[in-house]
Amino acid sequence: MTRIWQGKTGPVIVVVAAIVMIWYVFVVVLNAPWERDQAARAGTTLSFTQLVRNTMAQERPVLPAPHQVVAEMWDTIVNKKVTSKRSLVYHGWITLSATLLGFVIGTGLGILLAVGIIHNRAMDKSVMPWVIASQTIPILAIAPMIIVVLNAIGLSGLLPKALISTYLSFFPIVVGMVKGLRSPEAIQMDLMHTYNASAAQTFWKLRWPSAMPFLFTSMKVAVAISLVGAIVGELPTGAVAGLGARLLAGSYYGQTIQIWAALFTAAALAATLVAIVGIGQRMVMARMGEIA
Amino acid sequence: MSNSVISASDLSLTFQTNDGPVHALKDVSLEIGKGEFVSFIGPSGCGKTTFLRVIADLEQPTSGTISVNGMTTEEARKTRAYGYVFQAAGLYPWRTIERNIALPLEIMGIAKAEQATRIERVLDLVNLSGFGKKYPWQLSGGMQQRASIARALAFDADLLLMDEPFGALDEIVRDYLNEELLKLWAATEKTICFVTHSIPEAVYLSTRIVVMSPRPGRVTDVIESTLPKERPLDIRDTTEFLEIAHRVREGLRAGHEE
Repeated sequence: MTRIWQGKTGPVIVVVAAIVMIWYVFVVVLNAPWERDQAARAGTTLSFTQLVRNTMAQERPVLPAPHQVVAEMWDTIVNKKVTSKRSLVYHGWITLSATLLGFVIGTGLGILLAVGIIHNRAMDKSVMPWVIASQTIPILAIAPMIIVVLNAIGLSGLLPKALISTYLSFFPIVVGMVKGLRSPEAIQMDLMHTYNASAAQTFWKLRWPSAMPFLFTSMKVAVAISLVGAIVGELPTGAVAGLGARLLAGSYYGQTIQIWAALFTAAALAATLVAIVGIGQRMVMARMGEIA
Repeated sequence: MSNSVISASDLSLTFQTNDGPVHALKDVSLEIGKGEFVSFIGPSGCGKTTFLRVIADLEQPTSGTISVNGMTTEEARKTRAYGYVFQAAGLYPWRTIERNIALPLEIMGIAKAEQATRIERVLDLVNLSGFGKKYPWQLSGGMQQRASIARALAFDADLLLMDEPFGALDEIVRDYLNEELLKLWAATEKTICFVTHSIPEAVYLSTRIVVMSPRPGRVTDVIESTLPKERPLDIRDTTEFLEIAHRVREGLRAGHEE
């Protein structure tokens, strides 16, 4: 028991418990007006315990209680067949596949741009401002246009959504890799010069390994916003499928429990993806002789 | 001189900075013969490191001429004429000691089997046999610097350029490494250019001591050492040693007062 409190587990449990308690308080406060309203119309009065109990069992609450969200998630993740349109696993996979494809393309594009920027003076001067400008445009504004334009040239389905993920995820990779590829110290660069090493040798033997910690840190950010990109990309497609579609459909029909369930699934997915990148980082760094 | 390895005449280098030009080197002329151990000593800003970097083709002189092995510095660098040891070991943390030493060999395209024998040999030369599989962080500062010397020796250049290689180490380790360096010099018969700001280190190691002074960086005195080639550490208590050290100190002071 004492070991739990010495490590991270104890504090995490305390914080989660506190959040859940605060959440329940808000559930009562936010859902009570509707209950009182209903009671007034029916000409009855509610006791305090009855009121509290009712606020936690509404069908379309302003704020669903945590146990309602958990029950919804259990129902739609575990109880439904994965092929069902009501299964969160089904929708989650659709979003995840777009996320992963977008993340892979974004990482590749980001690395290529970074390599160009550090090796080419013209690119160094010209590309970075555009990269930064690209991120100042709200993704919600540009996502529908990407979908529509690509649809017009016959591309639909996974790729357009993945490209929206790419649009978001290449940015942290470019920034991180430019910094990483420039991270070797002056004497390490001088050393390569005294060996008369070619640009390719300097890249593979010095710049690339030096950039590894930067790459993984950037990839953690990139994979999380890649998921955001995929969800946003699902909104303008008319809410057909995916976690974004569940969010949109939920808001159309006031299904707040469904919205919250989709939100938490997305959050869990993002956390898992970041953790997987973290594991990859630890494996690569261990191979590079670092004590993790 | 037919056997001169480095030949510089009227060498000047001026850096343009925002505060105006800085004369790092002014009219430096020097001949360094094969097998010599030449130390460059002087206060910071006297151009000793800059001179070494010019030899290594890491800096370009503004005027004057310099040749290394009868070639331009760029040609010399491309024929891998020298090994360079920096102030910091600069080992790659993601490579083991033997893979660090293999780095120049990989770049020069030397076969794997040949790499292994050379690594073995240079690790032995710097007394690091058995440490090849360790990572740099597992070694002390002195051992890391020895590994970086081994790396500079690995590709068998006849010229070794050393820029305050022991500057960051404590005196006991420094004494030990000085002794080791002399043995290594005797065993390999290389030409060594050694930058330092320690008078005892310069006198103990060198066959010739070049005293430099700053603003502008220039050579103020060149002192031939009369010490024998065989030098135990306690040679530093002999009158002969102290006399040379005194002359170096005088030279440094004269340069400072001008």
